[in-house]
Amino acid sequence: LVKFGILVNEGPYTHQASDSAYEFAKAAIEKGHEIFRVFFYHDGVNNGTSLAVPPQDDRHIPNRWSELAKEHSVDLVLCVAAAQRRGILDEDEAKRNGKTSNNVAEGFRISGLGQLIEAGIQADRMVVFGD
Amino acid sequence: MEDGDQVIKKFMYMNRKAPYGTIYALESLEVVLIAAAFDQDVSLVFADDGVYQLMKNQNTEEIGMKNFSPTYSALGDYDIKKIYIEKESLDERGLSLDDLQDLKYEDEDDDWAEKDSIHLVSREELAEVIDQQDVVFSF
Repeated sequence: LVKFGILVNEGPYTHQASDSAYEFAKAAIEKGHEIFRVFFYHDGVNNGTSLAVPPQDDRHIPNRWSELAKEHSVDLVLCVAAAQRRGILDEDEAKRNGKTSNNVAEGFRISGLGQLIEAGIQADRMVVFGD
Repeated sequence: MEDGDQVIKKFMYMNRKAPYGTIYALESLEVVLIAAAFDQDVSLVFADDGVYQLMKNQNTEEIGMKNFSPTYSALGDYDIKKIYIEKESLDERGLSLDDLQDLKYEDEDDDWAEKDSIHLVSREELAEVIDQQDVVFSF
């Protein structure tokens, strides 16, 4: 069995990378493998917004990640620098930056790039989804 | 791969996109600078349009973006001294090493002599270097 780290470099809906990463993570877990962490970078941080309202007949990408985190305790990490640039803030970051609201979806947490490097060190395999 | 308790892995950062137009190059550089603190074995690759990231004399005044190219010359100070440039990528764009910044590092094992960080490699040689890595991040 393999311990995977996953990097998602693209946002939801615009690009298939986050769908592929989700399907990969789900399939790996079903086969008994471990997902050490999913790290979201570049526009990938938009996968972690709690404000997405996709049409009813489409998949809900952020919710799908949240459910995966809830059911299998997958660690979903949004890069803080990338998230701040793109207006994805948790409660602490919102307060620190004088913003009135926050929008990190359930099951995601915000942290630094060190978490990506740590995933590279700890995982047996690091898989990158993006262009 | 083991150095006492500490695992040292070969990390490669592959830069394949032009410096401006998208944010990949800038955010990739941010990862590399953070990664330098982790005492891993780091290599950088510049291939495809990524070779433009190292062009000399960049001027971004009229596009309203920060010119972050001077940061590359500091990579040696971060102990990043293996920088691979793919020759075919230069050729395909009518470029040569003379068009790129000259990146150096100081070798602490050789009385701090200044040495070249840049290795010009063919596509075939680059494939071998990639094959030797533990972790490859592509931006």
